[in-house]
Amino acid sequence: MSGAPVSAGFIPLVDAAPLIVAREIGFAEEEGIDLTLRAAPSWSTLRDRLMLGQIEAAHMLFPMPVAAALGLGGIGARLDILMVLSLNGNSIGVSRRMAARMRAAGYEFDFADARRAGEALIAATEGRLRVGVPFPYSMHAELLYHWLGSLGLRAPQDLDVHTVPPPLMAEAMAEDQIDAFCVGAPWGSIAVETGVGELLLPGSAIRARAPDKVLAVRHDWAEAEPVLTRRLMRALWQAGRWLSRPENRTTAVELLAQRAYLDLSAEMIERALSGNVVISPRGELRRVNDYMTFHGGAAGYPWTSQAALVASRLAGRLGLDRASSIAAAGAICRTDLYRANLADLGADLPAETARIEGANTVPQTVAGLNGEVILPPDAFFDGWIFDPEA
Amino acid sequence: MSETLSIIVIETDRDRTRVIVDSLRDAGFSDIQVIPEIAGLARRISESNPDLVLVDMASPSRDMLEEMALASGPLERPVAMFVDRSDGSLTKAAIEAGISAYVVDGLKPSRIGSILDAAVTRFHMMHRMRVELETTRRALEERKLIDRAKGLIMKARGVDEDAAYALLRKTAMDQGRRVADVAQALVTAAGLLT
Repeated sequence: MSGAPVSAGFIPLVDAAPLIVAREIGFAEEEGIDLTLRAAPSWSTLRDRLMLGQIEAAHMLFPMPVAAALGLGGIGARLDILMVLSLNGNSIGVSRRMAARMRAAGYEFDFADARRAGEALIAATEGRLRVGVPFPYSMHAELLYHWLGSLGLRAPQDLDVHTVPPPLMAEAMAEDQIDAFCVGAPWGSIAVETGVGELLLPGSAIRARAPDKVLAVRHDWAEAEPVLTRRLMRALWQAGRWLSRPENRTTAVELLAQRAYLDLSAEMIERALSGNVVISPRGELRRVNDYMTFHGGAAGYPWTSQAALVASRLAGRLGLDRASSIAAAGAICRTDLYRANLADLGADLPAETARIEGANTVPQTVAGLNGEVILPPDAFFDGWIFDPEA
Repeated sequence: MSETLSIIVIETDRDRTRVIVDSLRDAGFSDIQVIPEIAGLARRISESNPDLVLVDMASPSRDMLEEMALASGPLERPVAMFVDRSDGSLTKAAIEAGISAYVVDGLKPSRIGSILDAAVTRFHMMHRMRVELETTRRALEERKLIDRAKGLIMKARGVDEDAAYALLRKTAMDQGRRVADVAQALVTAAGLLT
């Protein structure tokens, strides 16, 4: 490897793939950076390393930099979202005991209909539902709260929410600490494979194209190192495009499975990248289109309205001022850098920086700086929309 | 310095635990509780209601503490990470040493300095020892593996040890892999075929 050194942190999950591919397939090297990757044991440690300058960039839960912009978590350094690395990729699972009760009540695990799945889960719950999420500020938590909230539970007040690191999720379920979880791939599949749980829904059934992970850097670093920022973004955008091509899937799976990265069975990783998901220990297979998305339809574009949506929900739960929270969250989404740095690669560049979130039930064509952009459906299962201007 | 300050140490490694607890005792703290398991962590901490929680940054259980920080009111009563936010160097030292501390209830940051000072030094030392141990262990394992692979080649090809090693090394170079990895592949393949 040659080039300017840039170190990035990641959590060993399938959606760390763009960073791993950028390094291993050589996009980083082509852009003139020597990208070093460092696995972190927890999201909070990853965030602290980034804020303190031990690493320059990180694969991060979308709501984490937003939370930081609202003064929640960490030591207070401003983090910027350079781009979205992946959409969806989570799954909701239930314990085998819960699954048995749901089946006994006549529910068939279709792994598709969020309303029916949620109603069946709520009906089968005795007492308070205990759910595991990987981090308090995560799309996992936001999706769960929206889903169950829409179906009549007060979320999170009516839930017992436990923070459980992804590698420990299956164990927490085996030890009867949680009845359900929402977790990133491949940990849902691992709960199935170890026989402790069954999968109920892909995250995409609750909201299509929900942004899940982002590339985050310190604001100060992006300002001080515009050239490295540009190179890093270009390498990762190209890695995302490479990952979106089906012919590269096998290679991607093998790369991710390596000991330095996920150190997990290639088959578990393949399920997420292919969308062929085994949902129960009996081997029932469900096919999900766009289970996890890295590219296409402006997937990487850091819409300020997405951050505003998360900020609005966090502000509502924690009693913060809504308008200033939305403004602070929008400011960290670097649509300006996305446009400046990726235009000549042919990236989709919407003309607007914000939109109404969840409004597309069919593909929508919008004006773009590089020609028209087609935005695929991004609707919530219940038709809820978020208008950042409202 | 108050000896009534209650501290929880989350650590699964027994040797590390002993060293940390000893160093805290030496620094004058007696109310120290050790939680060795991750299961039920949040419940156990909230039952004990300590002034301070020390946790290894390499532990995934840190994210569970973030949840507790959130639950206790993240803005009004900051459950500070590490020490005083203004004391950047100590915070940095702590992170580099791989230790993080959570102040669970409005404890004055100035009182944490000495705790961290003591703990950070020990963490540094233990971390270095752990890395050294791990490196040595792996080197030994790889040596054994390479010896077995050499033996297989010597037997199959009727060559001496040097020639067997040369062949291993050449194969590794040609394939751009580590000698130990080639040896592993050979030993695995041989195991399958016999």
